[in-house]
Amino acid sequence: MNKFWKNGDPFIWLTGVALMFSLLMIAGLMYLILAKGLIFFWPSDVAELDLKNGGKVMGEIITREKVPSKGDAVPDEYRTQLKIGNRDLYGLDFKWIDDDEIESISYPKYAVVLERREWGNMYGFIKKITEDGQVISEGNQESWPVLESLIPVYAKIAEDIKSIEKGNIGEINHQIENYRLKIRGLELEGGDNKAQIEEYESKVKEEEEKYKVEEEKLSVLYKEFTKDKITMVSVDGREKEMPLGNIVRAFRPNSMNWFQKASLYTSRAWGFVSEYPREANTEGGVFPAIFGTVLMVILMSIVVLPFGVLSALYLREYAKQGTLVRIVRICVNNLAGVPSIVFGVFAVGFFIYGIGHSIDSFFFSEALPNPTFGTGGILWAALTLALLTVPVVIVATEEGLAAVPNEIRHGSLALGATKFETTWKIVIPSAMPAILTGLILAIARATGEVAPLMITGVVKLAPQLPIDSYFPYVHLERKFMHLGFHIYDVGFQSPNVEAAKPMVFTTALLLILIVIALNLTAIVIRNRLKKKYTTSAV
Amino acid sequence: MVTENVEQMTRKETEDNRDTNMIDELNTPAQRFKVPDPIVKVNNVNLFYGTKQALNNISLDIPKNKTTAFIGPSGCGKSTLLRCFNRLNDLIDSVRVEGEILIDDDDIYDASVDITELRRRVGMVFQKSNPFPKSIYENVAYGAKISGENRKSVLDEIVEKSLKGAALWDEVHDRLNESALGMSGGQMQRLCIARAIAVEPEVLLMDEPCSALDPIATGKIEDLITELKEDYTIVIVTHNMQQASRVSDYTAFMYLGDIVEYDTTETIFLNPKNKQTEDYVSGKFG
Repeated sequence: MNKFWKNGDPFIWLTGVALMFSLLMIAGLMYLILAKGLIFFWPSDVAELDLKNGGKVMGEIITREKVPSKGDAVPDEYRTQLKIGNRDLYGLDFKWIDDDEIESISYPKYAVVLERREWGNMYGFIKKITEDGQVISEGNQESWPVLESLIPVYAKIAEDIKSIEKGNIGEINHQIENYRLKIRGLELEGGDNKAQIEEYESKVKEEEEKYKVEEEKLSVLYKEFTKDKITMVSVDGREKEMPLGNIVRAFRPNSMNWFQKASLYTSRAWGFVSEYPREANTEGGVFPAIFGTVLMVILMSIVVLPFGVLSALYLREYAKQGTLVRIVRICVNNLAGVPSIVFGVFAVGFFIYGIGHSIDSFFFSEALPNPTFGTGGILWAALTLALLTVPVVIVATEEGLAAVPNEIRHGSLALGATKFETTWKIVIPSAMPAILTGLILAIARATGEVAPLMITGVVKLAPQLPIDSYFPYVHLERKFMHLGFHIYDVGFQSPNVEAAKPMVFTTALLLILIVIALNLTAIVIRNRLKKKYTTSAV
Repeated sequence: MVTENVEQMTRKETEDNRDTNMIDELNTPAQRFKVPDPIVKVNNVNLFYGTKQALNNISLDIPKNKTTAFIGPSGCGKSTLLRCFNRLNDLIDSVRVEGEILIDDDDIYDASVDITELRRRVGMVFQKSNPFPKSIYENVAYGAKISGENRKSVLDEIVEKSLKGAALWDEVHDRLNESALGMSGGQMQRLCIARAIAVEPEVLLMDEPCSALDPIATGKIEDLITELKEDYTIVIVTHNMQQASRVSDYTAFMYLGDIVEYDTTETIFLNPKNKQTEDYVSGKFG
């Protein structure tokens, strides 16, 4: 028995079990997110449930579960959750139906699903399609080809409307705001500059004229947008008329084969990553959130890498090693354990109210009382995260520097290099893989962080991206969207939590993919450097 | 019997006296061992690590274009003395040096001396080969580059010349851009020699350059030292007595921070004046 303990086998098992548990937890989490996140885009079949009371409901079967027991004597009962959509008719998207209420379940082959810009999905059958009040087709079967041919036409019109609203009118508003700020600036300056002010005012008038023209164009487009109307009838006989422009996608899942479904899946998945959100973020895409997350992490990396590396260089290469340096090192390590919300609060006080307000009063005084930098924005969020992750980079870099053998330093010094040249040309390149490891850890931490961002610049819906085509192209003062916050917002702050649930998983999956992508980039760079610098000796 | 005893005693006494006298004699300039054409002159150097004295009033001359070996047991101060010549001891905070060391009659411990300039004149090869984690080419070109040489053609020339000088060119000329860390131990050490001679120093210091190498690699380096002697003044520290006798022209035997005996290698190994030297080179202690 003694020998059994002494030879170490139980210890090996213990290590193995510990590793297995960690892997299982990760695998379980990944399975949950993948399983729930990936099926979100798959067009599932539409079921029609005939109820015993004579009623009918139609929708996608989401889940089936045991009814919470009413006592031991009652036998187990089951119920089914149905996504019935048609929020404009029923008021609710989802419905629970007990098994003993159901008479029969069928899958009507030509049931139509409409994805709409408003009111969520509609499940039902087409009654008729009208153009300017004139019926152009009638009946579910006859109207389907008409609908299919019209949808691309309306997609084009929607595109045109968006380009005018965001593009031309956005441009005009931007110019007017520019002139307004210039006028305000001149007024603040005082003195004799009436002529200039009048010049700007006339320019504002010009822009306002242009605006009227664009508005004209828009109203024409909007009229066209509502020219064709579709009347749908739900399974229980209620009718609903709506403009065709309201429809994003239409499909009949019960009559689609696997390839058609797969292509629809791809198109929806692409839409999710490339489109702007609709309906309080519960529908549509998450493109602005992806953009904001990636841009913020890149900004953070640009700040944290030089800052952390320089600090570590001083600590390890130049500072006299002693008690003071040891205390500083302990403080840096402890900084990594401070709750992130504390960093957020600090950032609000220091960056936003301190630095931001000063910048505003010096450089953007004409825009006051509207803050420019004196409010949350992507720059401040990135700086907050840089502050949060700088200990990680410092610790990793210090370890990397400590691992560079002194013989190499001496070799360089003995050739007549100064300490600076040795550090810059020999020590830092040798420590580069470790420095990048630190950056990878920092990126992983920063991408998943949400709490400090909520008070330093993340919003539920940002009207503009932080990078656009207006000078100076990069707008670091703008508020932005973030995937982590999006998960919180959609999952817990949404008016329609049930409908948003799959979106939470999909967004989480996307966030994980982005972390992996960012890390892989850094790992590839690190391995390139490793290969370059440390081909192992034979 | 009595006379014999007395005789023995007096002989022992004189022997002991001879030991101490020898050391004192060496350190008085008048008596110190004369070498032809000295390039490095060490005058009354004391070195302290904190309060501990590691070199005691050392004085000696290193002849130009010859190989001088420092031998002695571990901890006798031979590496410390070597590192005084390029002031590498300066890197240790607690080190304090007294006395003067002249190279070409310039005091290298003078306040006006540019250390980087000095280290270009006095190259060094270390005990453990320490190639930079860069390509072979970059390793050899490093010294020239930090001296401000950026012309590709000049650098190419320097690299080729130095690698040929270190008898490495034939082995590596087709893989100059590969990492230096992929070479064998002997090749790495020759690369370090190539790197050191690339800046064309006057003096080349070698701190036990073969202690980590197998006999074949050691033989190559020893041949190389014999060749390099024509252009450079070489000072080598070694634990290996045979090596000292094979490669050096002059040998200094050091013990506990003193130069016990300094003479031509032939004299030290075949006819040492000092009993300790004799014991050491014949393997009785050390």
